[in-house]
Amino acid sequence: MIKKLLGAFALTLACTAAVAAESGYPLERAPYRINDLTALQNGAKLFVNHCLNCHSASAMRYNKLTEIGLTDEQIRDNLLFTGEKVGDLMTIAMKPADAKKWLGTTPPDLSVIARAKSINAGPSGADYIYTYMRSFYRDASKQTGWDNLVFPNVGMPHVLWQQQGPRELTAVTVHQVQKDGQQAWERRTVTYDAQGYATVQTEPLQGHGLHASAEYRFKALNPAQAAQYDRDIADLTAFMAWMAEPTQQFRVQLGVWVMLFLGLFLLVAWRLNAAYWKHVK
Amino acid sequence: MAGEKNVETTGLLGWIDRRFPLTATWKAHLSEYYAPKNFNFWYFFGSLALLVLVIQIVTGIFLVMHYKPDAERAFQSVEYIMREVPWGWLIRYMHSTGASMFFVVVYLHMLRGLFYGSYRKPRELVWIFGVAIFLCLMAEAFFGYLLPWGQMSYWGAQVIVNLFSAIPFIGPELSIWIRGDYVVSDATLNRFFSFHVIAIPLVLIGLVAAHIVALHEVGSNNPDGIEIKEKKDRYGRPLDGIPFHPFYTVHDIMGVAGFLLVFAAIVFFAPEMGGYFLEYNNFIPADPLKTPPHIAPVWYFTPFYSMLRATTDEFTWVLAAGAILAAIALFLKGNLKGIWRIVVPAILVVVAILMRTIDAKFWGVVVMGGAVVILFFLPWLDFSPVKSIRYRPGWHKWLYGIFIVNFLVLGYLGTQAPNNVFNLMSQIGTVIYLAFFLLMPVWSRLGTFKPVPERVTFHAH
Repeated sequence: MIKKLLGAFALTLACTAAVAAESGYPLERAPYRINDLTALQNGAKLFVNHCLNCHSASAMRYNKLTEIGLTDEQIRDNLLFTGEKVGDLMTIAMKPADAKKWLGTTPPDLSVIARAKSINAGPSGADYIYTYMRSFYRDASKQTGWDNLVFPNVGMPHVLWQQQGPRELTAVTVHQVQKDGQQAWERRTVTYDAQGYATVQTEPLQGHGLHASAEYRFKALNPAQAAQYDRDIADLTAFMAWMAEPTQQFRVQLGVWVMLFLGLFLLVAWRLNAAYWKHVK
Repeated sequence: MAGEKNVETTGLLGWIDRRFPLTATWKAHLSEYYAPKNFNFWYFFGSLALLVLVIQIVTGIFLVMHYKPDAERAFQSVEYIMREVPWGWLIRYMHSTGASMFFVVVYLHMLRGLFYGSYRKPRELVWIFGVAIFLCLMAEAFFGYLLPWGQMSYWGAQVIVNLFSAIPFIGPELSIWIRGDYVVSDATLNRFFSFHVIAIPLVLIGLVAAHIVALHEVGSNNPDGIEIKEKKDRYGRPLDGIPFHPFYTVHDIMGVAGFLLVFAAIVFFAPEMGGYFLEYNNFIPADPLKTPPHIAPVWYFTPFYSMLRATTDEFTWVLAAGAILAAIALFLKGNLKGIWRIVVPAILVVVAILMRTIDAKFWGVVVMGGAVVILFFLPWLDFSPVKSIRYRPGWHKWLYGIFIVNFLVLGYLGTQAPNNVFNLMSQIGTVIYLAFFLLMPVWSRLGTFKPVPERVTFHAH
């Protein structure tokens, strides 16, 4: 009981995000798990089971998963559902035109999405995905019944809502509004309950030094489930980061040897140069 | 043997030399080509530029084996190279890093020319071939950037080709002719592929050959800006010269080693370079229906992009005022002879009027293009009695420093979304850039110049 309470408390605190005016929703650091084969395999399972129904990953071959420790047998038994062969690409049957008609927009191909969502000299695409997948909230006024803090008005519903369990969101914004022909500061608190119904409270603010801000607090009604969901999303994010560039680990490892060789080459070239030039007066 | 040349070499080499100037070329351009012995760090970048050209061509050859220049398949084929082609990822990263490093090396190479007066007589043609190479390089990079067919590729091409529609009268038709369609499409991709893989590389190789031949005809400049051919020994060898081979071949190997360390560090540890070498937005396939919120060219074009964006309607007043002032100054104080004393100021006045009649978008293109084209005229703008920055007045060095910092600031501004403060800074930066060159005939003569030494400054290693 105490553990659950502490968990709820920790989760509530941990889910507070303060947004400065004019910046996007602050992205959390995705846990670094890209060299954890178990995490990557869990991520692959989640991806193939839940994402590949609407999204494709058409640059990714099923048997590339042998690089994260799965055998062809395991891939065939657990990850192939509609008659694909283990050497096939992760394409989907839904045509992009149909997807646009049925879902409002074509869900993007996810092969390199972890690279596409990075920000120049800023958070990585993995951070984006990690935060995005954990920032869905129930909003009964939206067509899908869901909205997302990272991507407002997104066309994607919270596909993994059953895994995360019910949550409430409290959004506190401090902003200026027109009141009786004047700009006045107010604090607006919107609470979305687990069914997505919003309750709004506004209170006027007086004083100096007020600036626009936004703060978001999630409260998980089943903290243990939400914590497990966070761990699963970390695995899924790691998998997508791996999928965006499967050779990244090898690249870095090889790079170390290349740098060592070139360092040696530079040393030899430098001394050879000195040997010739000492004769020049 | 009757009818064959007499050569010193024997055997197979002799057979070749009697039919082809192999040893003669080796001697003229390597083992008996005398270069000044006081080359410093700035003199690495020419050979490095040649190295990067070779890297781009060789990696390009392997990429073209697998790349598909079709709007439906281009993006996918690049991912195929990254994942399925053995070592494809390495070749792709070498090519993308090489493209950015080409510009790093070439900008530093040009800066060396600026510092030491390497464009001065008798090396004007070396410089002109060089600026032509720079223009071709910009075109090559622009055409190559469309090929991955990502969002930034598509929209960057769309923006830049649309610039040509600003040219009065012929603009819109010209744009359609370049694109091969009303918008950037598969037709554009195919022809840009042809330009990038065949047309411009051929021109580049020819220009690089001409650049080196022109250089070897007059001999290299050096950091002291003095002509080493003026003092020769009894065998006709410059006193301050040393044979290019083996001294500079071995020296350049060291330069290559250092460069490859930097190059490999980027390729293996940071190929995206924070989104500046491989833009993140380009990992989204091109979507003609979705304009990215922020379209910016790759970092090496950003200084010129800043100048393009700076040329607003208001800014054309500044440019027109500058043209009028120049017309007045040239008429009153300039030393133009005869009829030119009236014609040149008159042309400037006409230009000033046109600046306020033709749309600012066109003048933006002119300023951006002019910023590169003005480099061609540098040999005739510099009136300094000394070649090298070492013997110029101290305050000239500050001017060069301001020019460099200004270029970097313009580059930074080009990566950012426009706002009022940045726009003003870009406009000031554009004026500084243009003034550095256009006023050079005036400022390059001013000040107390230091005495130039008789022999090069060289300390034995």
